Amino acid sequence: MSSNENDTAQERRQYITFLATGQEFAADIMTIREIRGWTDTTALPHVPDYVRGVINLRGMVLPVIDLKARLGLGMTEATVKHVIIVVNSGDRTIGLLVDAVSDILTVSRQEIQSVPDVMRETQNDYVEGIAVLDGRMITLLSMTKLTSSFSGADDMFVENAA
Amino acid sequence: MDPMEAIKQTYFQECDELLLAMEEGLIAMESGEADSETINAVFRAVHSIKGGGGAFGFEILVGFSHVFETAMDLVRSGKLDPTPDVVKVLLRAGDKLSDHVTAARNGGSDAVDDAEVKAELAKLTGEDPEDAGAPAPADFEGLAFAPVMIDIGDEEPAAPPCPIWHVRFAPHAGLYAKANEPYLLIRELGMLGPIEVTADLSKLPDLSALEPDQAYFAWNVALKDCPDRTKVEEVFEFVSGDCDLEITEEKVEAAAPAAFAISAPGLPSLDDDDEPAAAPVAEAQPEEKKAAAPAAAQAAPTTVDLIKQTIRVDLDKVDRLVNLVGELVITQAMLSQRILDSVQQGQTVSAGLGELEHLLRELQEAVMAIRTQPVKSVFQRMPRLVRETAAQTGKEVRLEIEGETTEVDKTVIERLGEPLTHMIRNAVDHGLETPAERVAAGKPAEGTVKLSAEHRGGRIIIEVADDGRGINRSKVREKAIERGLISPNANLSDEEIDNLIFLPGFSTAATVSNISGRGVGLDVVRRNIMDLGGRITIGSANGKGSKFSLTLPLTLAVLDGMIVAVGEQTFVLPLSHIIESLLPKSADVKAFGSNGMLLNVRGVYVPLVSVGRLLRVPGAKYDLANSVVILVESEGVGRMALAVDAIVGQRQVVIKSFESNIGHIDGIAAATILGDGRVALILDIDGLVAGCREGTGGRPTEYQQALGA
Repeated sequence: MSSNENDTAQERRQYITFLATGQEFAADIMTIREIRGWTDTTALPHVPDYVRGVINLRGMVLPVIDLKARLGLGMTEATVKHVIIVVNSGDRTIGLLVDAVSDILTVSRQEIQSVPDVMRETQNDYVEGIAVLDGRMITLLSMTKLTSSFSGADDMFVENAA
Repeated sequence: MDPMEAIKQTYFQECDELLLAMEEGLIAMESGEADSETINAVFRAVHSIKGGGGAFGFEILVGFSHVFETAMDLVRSGKLDPTPDVVKVLLRAGDKLSDHVTAARNGGSDAVDDAEVKAELAKLTGEDPEDAGAPAPADFEGLAFAPVMIDIGDEEPAAPPCPIWHVRFAPHAGLYAKANEPYLLIRELGMLGPIEVTADLSKLPDLSALEPDQAYFAWNVALKDCPDRTKVEEVFEFVSGDCDLEITEEKVEAAAPAAFAISAPGLPSLDDDDEPAAAPVAEAQPEEKKAAAPAAAQAAPTTVDLIKQTIRVDLDKVDRLVNLVGELVITQAMLSQRILDSVQQGQTVSAGLGELEHLLRELQEAVMAIRTQPVKSVFQRMPRLVRETAAQTGKEVRLEIEGETTEVDKTVIERLGEPLTHMIRNAVDHGLETPAERVAAGKPAEGTVKLSAEHRGGRIIIEVADDGRGINRSKVREKAIERGLISPNANLSDEEIDNLIFLPGFSTAATVSNISGRGVGLDVVRRNIMDLGGRITIGSANGKGSKFSLTLPLTLAVLDGMIVAVGEQTFVLPLSHIIESLLPKSADVKAFGSNGMLLNVRGVYVPLVSVGRLLRVPGAKYDLANSVVILVESEGVGRMALAVDAIVGQRQVVIKSFESNIGHIDGIAAATILGDGRVALILDIDGLVAGCREGTGGRPTEYQQALGA
């Protein structure tokens, strides 16, 4: 992709859009490492239900997060048609389970609206903004926040116990 | 990185190697096994550290090493006898030099107190320590980056009554291979005084028999006006192992028939060609017949040639290689499984696959071997430790080291230092008696601590043995009761009592003297060893000494594991924690408390937990009749029984950490990838047990009910 353009032009950034729970989400293309089909995961003990387990990504053990469950919308019934987006953010690499990947968009800054103050705190945390394009509304997710909010089992235990 | 910084790093790396070589040499001197080459090696090490240190402006380091070097020089030239007392001072000087290097590496902020050792060294050399402390900065004559002096006349000493030095210099092929150049050496001799050089071509064979990479030439050099033999020797210092060198002193003018005499500045450009034999044969003159050079080289041991060539490689690169090969092995396993599934008459295919598997295993082993290192690097630090501890406690100790060439993975080596330090210190401090006590017990005043390493059955065994008093079991028992670690009427075997000293509670305040109790930080030692996937055992005989044995895996990158099935999932249990596996009878299982279970293992009740229950594995059975119980030992609770659905097999697995991506999960140590490409979790026994303890309160009792207990 035209990543140079992306780096230099602060105003315009490229996003990959994907579908989950009928909504359209987008993530900065620079954080996406690859997209692959769903494979069965190995479940992990003592983790919240949105952590679907781990898979073997060419020798790397990759944790997979169910985006739908992460947003509190229930578990995804994963089939071969579902995809895992491999996100590389900071020093973490995780997989994000979504329904489908749909498009690559270039969004300029003025097309991004700030987040309306109606969502729950937890969701608010990793929504960067809302983009409106051709009448579509796309929720821009911050992969950095999404991956870091998923921090360590210690937090998970707390969440789990609650 | 700043280039200067990079050079500095290289210098410190070299210092580490040189310090090791020095220590090794000094220890050889201590045991009286040192030949002149060893002493030279020590001298060279000190000299090189000083030289490099000078280049970076580490003045304190240079000052100290100068004194040290002077003392070594006296030993080397035979002016100072390496008596045990002298060597002891030299050893301490070696320790201090090592401290200085560390201080320099850390930016020189921490001053090293070397005054005492410096004074002792000065006493040996008869120098004033203050003067010696400030050497002339230009004192790096033997180094590679010594300035090349051009005007030879300047160097001539004024004192006339000098003997003539006859130097016979016959390079070996190895000298050229190391990119040394005889011309430069002869030129350097020329800087000491007027020289007369004769080439000895008697060894030069016919052209047809000439091996281009062999050395055939020798030179006879007559050097005048040089007062000092060591100056002459210094010229050849860096090639001493790679040539025959004979230096004779003649008071009388000897008429060496010069075939062609040359003065140094006008030396023909022999150096244009690296291959020694390629020097123009036409220049060969009718040479004098001389008896084969008396092999002065016999004194120079061949060890120099035997030193293996090594390269420095970034560990990350090696890790990548290890990783990739691991992947290759997994992919191969996957492929072969799929091919064999799909091809019905796969005879030839399977033969090919077998071959591939064989090759891959070999490749994997070879790659793993890159990461191995001799345990020497850890063992080398121990003599110093023993010396220091012995000095602190006023004991006389001899350290015997065996099997230091045993190779282990670098990751293991790195984490071996601390527990070993503890154990050695413990052996000297608590294991050995004072000289007076030893004599009273009819033993030699000098105690012995023996450190050994060997390979046994795919693991490495490291033993620390002393010939001290052994463990006083009644006192250990008393202490344990006093600390509430065991009940007063507990019936313990000798072995169990010995093992009490590893308990955390035992060590905390057990150092209060009146007890022979060994146990300073032994719980830490045990934890370190367990973390490494190893085990520690202890053997002791009253009055004869005790022996700690460590059994460690050869690498941390792979683990010997037992593959078990629980529900829909596969788990790996580290083999090092497993004691036995058994099929329990329902009569042996007893309910305990609200939801606990105990299993009767030959009369001893151990807690029984289900892995499926504990980790909430989907599809796990709670049916004891179909379960297999694996008895494991953990540091925290001792023994416990884990119920799993089935044992799949035993296998070496490659450890894949996922903590950086997901954080730590209690009960899970890491993951691995099985032959079918699926991820299996490696269980962490200690964490599992801890989780089980916390969790017992609110857990439903379905397992208990399912057992019908």
